[in-house]
Order: sequence, then C-alpha cells, then structure tokens
Amino acid sequence: MANDHRHDQDHTEPPPDIELRVKALESLLVEKGLVDPEALDALIDLYRDKIGPANGKRVVAHAWSDEAYRRWLLDDPDAAIASMGYVGAQGEQMRVVANTDDVHNLVVCTLCSCYPWPLLGLPPVWYKSAPYRAQAVIDPRGVIRQFGSEVSDRKEVRVWDSTSEMRYLVLPQRPEGTEGWSEEELMELVTRNAMIGVEEARQPAAQGGKP
Amino acid sequence: MKGVHDLGGMQGFGPVQPEPESEEPVFHEEWESRVYGIVRLIGLLGLWNIDMSRHNREQLPPADYLANSYYENWFAGIQKQLVGSGLVSEDELQTGRAATPVPEHVMERVVRAEQVRAAPFMTASYLRPAPAPARFAPGDRVRAINRHPRGHTRAPGYVRGHTGIVREHYGSQVYPDLSAQGVDEGRHLYNVRFDGRDLWGESADANCAVYVDLWETYLEPAP
Repeated sequence: MANDHRHDQDHTEPPPDIELRVKALESLLVEKGLVDPEALDALIDLYRDKIGPANGKRVVAHAWSDEAYRRWLLDDPDAAIASMGYVGAQGEQMRVVANTDDVHNLVVCTLCSCYPWPLLGLPPVWYKSAPYRAQAVIDPRGVIRQFGSEVSDRKEVRVWDSTSEMRYLVLPQRPEGTEGWSEEELMELVTRNAMIGVEEARQPAAQGGKP
Repeated sequence: MKGVHDLGGMQGFGPVQPEPESEEPVFHEEWESRVYGIVRLIGLLGLWNIDMSRHNREQLPPADYLANSYYENWFAGIQKQLVGSGLVSEDELQTGRAATPVPEHVMERVVRAEQVRAAPFMTASYLRPAPAPARFAPGDRVRAINRHPRGHTRAPGYVRGHTGIVREHYGSQVYPDLSAQGVDEGRHLYNVRFDGRDLWGESADANCAVYVDLWETYLEPAP
C-alpha cells in the first residue's frame, strides 16, 4: 500500500531514509525523556483504531431517527455530541450544517487541515491535499463531481472553510425508503465522505436494500 | 503571510484523487503514525501553541511545502520547533544522541500513557475575554480588509477586499495573529457568508456561497 499511486499526488514517495530519520528522532526524544514510549503507542492506537468516522455515523443515524435530537444537534451541537460521548481535541467547538432539498454543504480547510477529529478521526490524504484545498472554495460542484456525485444546480452549495477553531460536520439527508430502519441499519448508509459533504448518504438500493 | 499554504481558489493542481473510503488506512506508513504521535505529545509539553505550529509549517520553503507529503511537512516542522525552542540541539538531531538535559519544568509535563487513555483526551478551550463589545452582529455587511501581514493570520487571501454578511458571532476567541507570537488574547470571531460570484467573478457558479470564520480585526463595516 506504500506504493499506491492513487494518493501519490500529495503523498510523493518519501526519501528512503525518512523512516530511519523518524526512528532516530523518536529514540532521541525517548532517551531525553520527552516522549514516553508507552504514551506514544497509546496515542497512535487511539487515533488509528478507536477514534474514527463510526462516531460521526452514530450521531447522524441518531439525528435521522430522533427529531428532538436532530434539533438539539443543530441548535447546541457541543452538548448534543457530548451526550453521545464524543469529546476531544479538535472537536471542542462544533457546528453541524444540515443538507436539505435546497442546500448542500461541503467542508474544507484551505489553510491547513482542520477537521473534527472526535467525530471523523484523522482526515484522509485527499482532504489535506492541494487539489482539494484549492478547488473546494472556487468550484465545489466540480469537486463533488470528482467524487462521482452530482449536486443539482437548483441546490445552493455552501462551502465551510475551517479557518478558526470551530469545526464543521455535514448532516446528510436521510435517504428515502428507510422508514422503520434501526439506527444500526441507518449507520450503514452514512459515509465519512457524506459527513464532509463530497457526496450524499448511500441510497438503500445501492446498499442492496435493508442490511 | 500569504504563503503557499493559502491554497483557496488556486488553479492548476489537477483533480482530487481520492482513495476509496473503505480502503484508505489512517496511516499509510508506520513512520507517519510515529510523526503524528511525536508532534502531539511534544505539543502537549506547552512550549508552543497550535498557531505557532501552523505558522512554523507555513514558513517551510514553499517548494518543499507543496512537494512534501503531509506528514513529511509535520516532520520537518517538529524538527525546526525542537531546535528553535532549545529542547533539542542541532548536534543531538544530527547524532541522534542525547547530550543536554531537559529542564525540570518541561519534564514535569511529559505526557504519560494513563493521560492518553483518560477520556476526553486533551481538550482545549479557545474562548477568551473580549477586549471590547462586539462591533458586528448577524446580518451586518462587512468587508474583509485587504491587508497582508508578514506574520501568521487566518484570513485567507481569497476573501481579502470582498464583502460578505455576518451569519453568526462565535464569541471572543484566541486571536491567532497574536497567539502565533506567544500573546494569548481574545478577539470577537464571526462566521461570514460570501457569495460565490462576488469572490470569483461572473464565470463562477451562480448558486454557491463560502462561509469563512474571521476575527473582528480582519473586518470593517461595508455599505
């Protein structure tokens, strides 16, 4: 996977020695006592295995299922999200922006890589890449097309550039034909990309009907 | 500074080439995860803040910034900060051998595994007292001042000189331009809506808007 060329636009082959140089720095910092190796492993485990888009999917599926929660999530996102336990760095100040029949939302950070970690985990390579950061604000519909989706010209596209310590999450529209689905079943329709806004939630048909 | 990091609206980078969501690992290489972890843990020592780290990466040589992968930039940035802060000497970085002791007050802040495992992990508060009442309110027309400071700023180049409408007042929050210089002060923060055509001209998408978070000092009243 190191040589996967799908991401090499922003992930050029590192010089062969970078692995050694990072190892050397890590050993130095451990020797100096500045990095506790156990804390380093714990932190990496946390962000590799525990904090990820499943958190955001649970929030969205809950908002789709419970109108009172949906209103709370839009009016007081920090409290509503904390009530589900998703509190942490880079998610202290949230705004949730809802897609409707008239509005489609898209999130970007043109200046760096700001992203709601507690709900989505660490951002994918493309989100941090120059092509996405450059185009999202000037041609959002074109960017969405590059992900294989189409947003009708009738819909206003709203782009949220994360230039402060506020973090944004898109609440996708609940797909038609999902009446009576449980939250666990609905979660299967929520993608990380839909919560960034580069696509809509999956349709039940594409999912092969109710899981 | 209006450096190469300020990418919004730039053209010629080609299409986004996403990996399929279900196949993309959090880290593509083991070393990336080590760099991420090191940057977080060293950051928590409190010797610098997030704005200093951002500004540090913004000042990498422009060609390097664009050619490097994301975590290569983080790696370049952390080395610069370690040496710049005196935590690690240039010699130590070259040899990989510890030669100078770490001050006691820094050692006391070294993050332990128990702290990492305790949820919620290292949240921060960005709200600060306001120096004055808010100058703007939702619905007000404001112009992003056309200003090009040499230091750190979070006013993206593409909004400068353009007029928008305040959507929400986010209270008084840490002001990055000063924070990057080590001064922790609050300024009112607003979410401002800009019309796509106003930012990008007549050939732009007629039905799009860009919402940008801007501090009060970046704004002036607009007719």
